[in-house]
Amino acid sequence: MAEPLLGVENLVRRFGGITATDNLSLEVAKGELHAIIGPNGAGKTTLISQLTGQLSPDSGTIRFAGRDVTRLPAWRRSALGLARSFQITSLLPDFTAADNVALAAQAHDGHSFYFWGNARKEKHLREAAHAALGRVGLGHRADTVVSKLSHGEQRELELAVALATGPQLLLLDEPMAGLGVAESARMVQLLQELRREFTIVLVEHDMEAVFALADRISVLVYGRVIACGAPDAIRANDEVKRAYLGEQHAVVGHGR
Amino acid sequence: MSFAFNARNAAAALLVAGLLLLPLYSSLSGNVFVLTLFTRIVIFALAAVSLNLIMGYGGMMSFGHAAYLGIGGYAVGILAFEGIGSGFIQWPVALLASALYALVIGALSLRTRGVYFIMITLAFAQMAYYVASSLARYGGDDGLTIYKRSNFAGLINLSSRVPFYYLCLACLFGGIYLIWRIVNSRFGLVVQGLRSNEARMQAIGFPATRYRLVCFVIAGTMCGLAGALLANNTDFVSPAAMYWTRSGDLMVMVILGGMGTLFGPVIGAIAYLVLEDVLSRCTEYWALIMGPLLLLIVLFGRGGIMGLLGRRGDG
Amino acid sequence: MLLVAEQLLNGLQFGLLLFLLAAGLTLVFGIMDLVNLAHGSLYMMGAYFAASLVAWSGSYVIGVALALGATFLLGVVLEFVALRHLYGRDHLDHVLATFGLILFFNDAVRLIWGPEGLSLPLPAWLSAPIQIVPGFFYPSYRLAIIVVALAVALMLYWVVMRTRIGMLIRAGASNREMIGALGINIKLLYTLVFGLGAALAGLAGLMQAPILTVQIGMGENILILAFVIIVIGGIGSIRGAFLAAIFVGMIDTLGRAFLPELLRKMLSSAAASTAAPAISSMLIYLVMAIVLVVRPEGLFPASKR
Repeated sequence: MAEPLLGVENLVRRFGGITATDNLSLEVAKGELHAIIGPNGAGKTTLISQLTGQLSPDSGTIRFAGRDVTRLPAWRRSALGLARSFQITSLLPDFTAADNVALAAQAHDGHSFYFWGNARKEKHLREAAHAALGRVGLGHRADTVVSKLSHGEQRELELAVALATGPQLLLLDEPMAGLGVAESARMVQLLQELRREFTIVLVEHDMEAVFALADRISVLVYGRVIACGAPDAIRANDEVKRAYLGEQHAVVGHGR
Repeated sequence: MSFAFNARNAAAALLVAGLLLLPLYSSLSGNVFVLTLFTRIVIFALAAVSLNLIMGYGGMMSFGHAAYLGIGGYAVGILAFEGIGSGFIQWPVALLASALYALVIGALSLRTRGVYFIMITLAFAQMAYYVASSLARYGGDDGLTIYKRSNFAGLINLSSRVPFYYLCLACLFGGIYLIWRIVNSRFGLVVQGLRSNEARMQAIGFPATRYRLVCFVIAGTMCGLAGALLANNTDFVSPAAMYWTRSGDLMVMVILGGMGTLFGPVIGAIAYLVLEDVLSRCTEYWALIMGPLLLLIVLFGRGGIMGLLGRRGDG
Repeated sequence: MLLVAEQLLNGLQFGLLLFLLAAGLTLVFGIMDLVNLAHGSLYMMGAYFAASLVAWSGSYVIGVALALGATFLLGVVLEFVALRHLYGRDHLDHVLATFGLILFFNDAVRLIWGPEGLSLPLPAWLSAPIQIVPGFFYPSYRLAIIVVALAVALMLYWVVMRTRIGMLIRAGASNREMIGALGINIKLLYTLVFGLGAALAGLAGLMQAPILTVQIGMGENILILAFVIIVIGGIGSIRGAFLAAIFVGMIDTLGRAFLPELLRKMLSSAAASTAAPAISSMLIYLVMAIVLVVRPEGLFPASKR
């Protein structure tokens, strides 16, 4: 079997007495859409932060695209093609939408120690930005300052920024969080398109979306993967049902 | 770049014209003092403009910027004292020494953020102050008198009032132009992005500290030039040039004028130093008024003078 | 050997004094999230109050007690008039506003007491040296500083860790909203904490006064040392501030006392006499730089809340 694009082995991360990531192993094959679900506090965001390099694991290894990235800083992992979107929207609020995306393109266009030329007039950066904005349906909002965009638009912009870094793998941390019904549907459709091109790791609470999109699902409880498999297998898995029983409300109640 | 007519651009244009025509006014009215005052103001404006690059655009709240005034000044003073009078040597040394200091201090300080950064830059500048005070050969606490201003092989005579003023002004405008280019360049966007959201910038692939450090060094070097000018202006350099209240003055100028605006620090420097001049003529205890005034400005005047002139423009 | 012992005690004494200053600073920062540059001004005011009140009352003890109360009141007034409006604002705003306060205090002192500076004479019972072990005399006043500062440190520890007020203080540091929800008068708590910090600074100032002269700007240099302590000790931690303060006090005192001689052994005497003052004044900052490289979060960071 070919080496997975992303391979996590025996990852451990503790906060004080709490083990947020408990000997976790995970494989994401090239081209798949791999969803990670789990009740609140299962350690999903902690895992994502370790994958992207915001947090350092206590032990274990993370391999990406054939190399060990466990100790690489976030910006280096991004350079290798690991892109993330944030659960809580995290953009440059005082920049325009186009600037946000163009900066992402710029980050992957060699170093940025150019002090003289006007970066906003660099055609290929602007074109890349507009292309990415177009993909997520924000082409008409390019020159709007981020803080003036709606929440839904900001979620889409998160995605455009990730796309503009020329990623191999998209790590999407709850892209539907806080979206209305219509916006969620649009996001699902967008992800349907993107999955054809990119390997995607999707962390999401919206079960409907997850089961509609995922090739494989890993279920995280108390920092471990208790089950991993195709959506149907996960749906039928007893352990998963048990883990989610107490969380019934959270699952059903989502997607208001 | 469109130069839309708005209050900010109008203010900037007026400012440039006013500063350019000042020697004319001075000679017509016979008011020599105003030229002396404004030479000093222009030099401090250059220092404030350089501080604004890291503070306003880069979000790095340095409380030790006056150190470069001292380093630039001491480079000129010490070389002059040791018999090297050529500005072609003195000034590059001043810039280089400032850059080196900025590189070391920046590499250390940028390991921290926020309040720590404020305290650490302050502490290092204070260290520079103590080191200068202990240079017994160069006057120690009392400072060093510079008997001959930098000599530029007859190209320009720094002892002559008007040419020296224009030299200072050229340095100021050059600095502002440089910052204007930087702010809109790739580098400048990265630095401003880091101010806005560091985690995001790291996540899209920018190594934060590297860019911040380079920005820190550029600002320090520019302020070193102001230091060289200041030493020539006063014919004197002493540890007091880098005392921490000086750094505070520079911060006030930047904030008073408007952080992150091209001409804000210049307006801030003019406002602060003219106010100081006027108040100190009325009363010996001018700081009794200036201090509470600062407090009021912080409490009620957000965005500085440029902020009062309305939102965004190219100014 | 005796010289070393004496300098060690001097280092301890200076360190404890620094702790009083740093403790107030770190309390106010930890609890109200306020950066107060004017903390050094309160130190200065404590010294000036003591010098005038001792002279006025003719009694050292009464004068000092009044001065402590006066600095506490000054802190309370300052918080009420100015600083409480800065809570929740940007740190940069704090820096600017309190920088303005320093300018104000320096000139106010110059206006009231004149530019020359004052001296605070010691009463006879504190000025005689005291024999600690046979043959080893130590100034009784410095010893008194050590005792008082240690007592205050212990009291502070007890108040913060063991009492209801301390619990509120610690809770306030970690959760402002919760404290408000409990119906506790948080405004009053903040005012009192600020007053306490001011009194600590004033105490440090008035204790230092007989050793140095009472003069304008005396609080500024020592304030920067207090910053260094907070950086080394880790922000918001009283314990860290204590350990770092002793550490800094020792290094600074011992460095100034023994470094010149040490250098003379290694370098030519001319080079040594040039380098020694520079290096001993840099020493503490060099230590800070090393701490920053090794542990940017400080040597004794506050335990994770």
